[in-house]
Amino acid sequence: MTVTLVMDGKELTIDDGKTLLDAARENGMDIPTICFHEATTANGLCRMCVVEVEGMRVLQPACIVQAANNMKVQTRGEKVVRSRKTILEMLASTMDLSDAPEILTMMDEYGASHERFPGAERRESEVKDDNPMYIRDYSKCLLCWRCVQVCAEDAQYTFAINFDGRGFETQIGTFFDKAIPETSCVLCGQCVGVCPTGALKPKRQFQLEQGMSPQEISVLNTGRKRRKEK
Amino acid sequence: MENINLTPLKPILEPIIPLGRSGLLPALHAAQKIYGWISEPVASEIARSLRVPLADVHGVIEFYSLFYNKPTSKHVIRVCADVACALKDAEGILNHLCAHHGLEPGQTTEDLTLTIEPSPCLGLCEHAPVALMDDLAETNINLQKDSYQLGRPPSWVYGSIRLLTTNCGNDTTSLEKYGEYTALKKANGMKPEDVIAEIKASGLVGRGGAAFPTGVKWDGAAKATADQKYVICNADESEPGTFKDRVLLIDDPHRTIEGMCITAYAIGASKGYIYIRAEYPYIVPVLETALNEARDAGYLGKDFDIEVRVGAGAYICGEETALFESIEGKRGFPRVKPPFPTTHGVFGKPTVINNVETLCNVPLIIAQGSAEFRQIGTEKSPGPKLFCVSGDVVKTGVYEVPFGVTLRELLEMAGGVANGKKLQSVLFGGAAGAFATTEHLDVKMTFEDLRGVGLPLGSGVVMVFDETRDMRQVLKSLGHFFAHESCGKCYPCQMGTQRQKEILDRVASRDVVEGDFVRLQDVGWTMTDASLCGLGQTAASAVLSAMKLWPELFVEGQTSKV
Repeated sequence: MTVTLVMDGKELTIDDGKTLLDAARENGMDIPTICFHEATTANGLCRMCVVEVEGMRVLQPACIVQAANNMKVQTRGEKVVRSRKTILEMLASTMDLSDAPEILTMMDEYGASHERFPGAERRESEVKDDNPMYIRDYSKCLLCWRCVQVCAEDAQYTFAINFDGRGFETQIGTFFDKAIPETSCVLCGQCVGVCPTGALKPKRQFQLEQGMSPQEISVLNTGRKRRKEK
Repeated sequence: MENINLTPLKPILEPIIPLGRSGLLPALHAAQKIYGWISEPVASEIARSLRVPLADVHGVIEFYSLFYNKPTSKHVIRVCADVACALKDAEGILNHLCAHHGLEPGQTTEDLTLTIEPSPCLGLCEHAPVALMDDLAETNINLQKDSYQLGRPPSWVYGSIRLLTTNCGNDTTSLEKYGEYTALKKANGMKPEDVIAEIKASGLVGRGGAAFPTGVKWDGAAKATADQKYVICNADESEPGTFKDRVLLIDDPHRTIEGMCITAYAIGASKGYIYIRAEYPYIVPVLETALNEARDAGYLGKDFDIEVRVGAGAYICGEETALFESIEGKRGFPRVKPPFPTTHGVFGKPTVINNVETLCNVPLIIAQGSAEFRQIGTEKSPGPKLFCVSGDVVKTGVYEVPFGVTLRELLEMAGGVANGKKLQSVLFGGAAGAFATTEHLDVKMTFEDLRGVGLPLGSGVVMVFDETRDMRQVLKSLGHFFAHESCGKCYPCQMGTQRQKEILDRVASRDVVEGDFVRLQDVGWTMTDASLCGLGQTAASAVLSAMKLWPELFVEGQTSKV
């Protein structure tokens, strides 16, 4: 079964059950996303993929809304563009985007300013370097939830991390702020794999970025078994 | 680690264990009653008993304002800091109390004998300024006279009709006084679909704020097939300025319970919840007593029973899907809709969730019939309506009137603006509402008339500001409220409520910077258009309405023009 809808004036036909985002991407149209990832359940929380659907009061997340017959969708209307630009500007005023090249590109595309919110409180925290495998730099975290999702039902069923606080004060955290080795974390690394902004980073990469040489790093990591030379 | 004795906790957890994860909030409440706060060993024991991951227990404690994971006293004074109380020097009261005990707001004494903290709206606006002292309401606080009332808050009920509030104003109405559930008996003699048809014919729409047709909601849940269906009474009345449900529940609990029983019969539900906000602790025993009376009389306990669940300090849990998450023992994050509660509600089952006032209309409609009900109010807004009148009026309180009364008539009933002052504006519908001015005085208060002038009826809030009030301070208060209450799930609201608060702080201190007007508008419209749930979509509603009415407030003091 297929459905036919109109997106930005173009008639598209796609398989039943697909989302508006699928419809756009399969037809070479661009809808930006931040929190969306193929491996995790779509939560529609970054709201970057919002589009106008005729007949709906508020903007709709394309990553979740299923395409239906006769749907009329505008992906770049005035409201959509204002929302995306403002969301990007608020992100830039909140966190460190230096390791998030995709978001920086979006900012250029939408003409979003890095200085839109003078005097804005930022979310800043110390780098957490408490395990041999990865570091956590929550100054770079944009709360896409992917790490929490893969640690839980979306992949690993480890449940080592969840949330601290709420609202603007939200941060990813462990039980009573325990160091990673004291949690149920099995160092599977899936959270690092899905992090879009370098908030979670392999320890070795972090150390190299800190200016350490591979020799210094291997001395530091003497606890680990050395790999065979290739 | 702290020396915590877990012995008293274990027997308390015992009856909660069968609830599994859904027992998490009840378990945390029970533990906090013993210890005052949730320490690491206590959280671990709860996690182990209910089989919930440690990190998830931590996440839940962190989400709810009234769960503490740092040493906190069993004795807490919460001083309301929200709009209606702010008009009556709530800040002065908080500072006075703190100074008296040598504490800063939010601090606990070293010996853990007292904690003092500011609180979002306590739903006692007609008695402002107020506080909550443990489980007791502290109302009409007067620093000059050093006086206040402590205990069960009085119910002040006025208006031109007394249909929903017929048993309100004189203490709790027992089942004996309430009488038989005659409307339920009548409903039980009808086919469930005929009960739903009657509710549909009455034109009843939800009174919690969203105004969704109640009969349509019931119909959806009735037609859904499932092994289990639920009825939930949303008593998480947290919209600043709203206190009608508090009065209905404490004075006449059986009306709500009968409404729930009729709903359950109509949709085929066997289980019900009353989810009540933790800031109404004095209502919980009243509900438990009423439920026991209803069980003894045979109305509950056979085909249908009701459990009381207490929130833990989160405005967002008044949003229906966030409320489901909370009952399920999770952080109160709203879900993406669709699917809707009628097919995928609490525990993923078909659920009807209605506001207290909505449920109180149900026995009335069934008892007298929809035609009679429609004689009250207007064609498009039938029925009685409760308004929560607070702020600068002579007689604050709950007003029951038919839909169609004008704002002027309502304010006249309330004795007009207090202290002989003139009216400046009215916050309509709540923090998520909009401002009305003198030009709106003759608008009829119906859904259709108010919509025509861009005012939301919301939860029936009518908060009055006299000519001397600085609206900037009111806006600042709203800004702080939403920043405190955003759940943090979707980006527009998570960051937008924070940025809105920062700009409104500048407005209040007449310290705006160039571009703040457009900046505030962009943030406001982004939250309105793109947020995931109703909280975010209305978090800028009052601010945007104020920007239309008083644009000068938002540019004053700025050197260059917008």
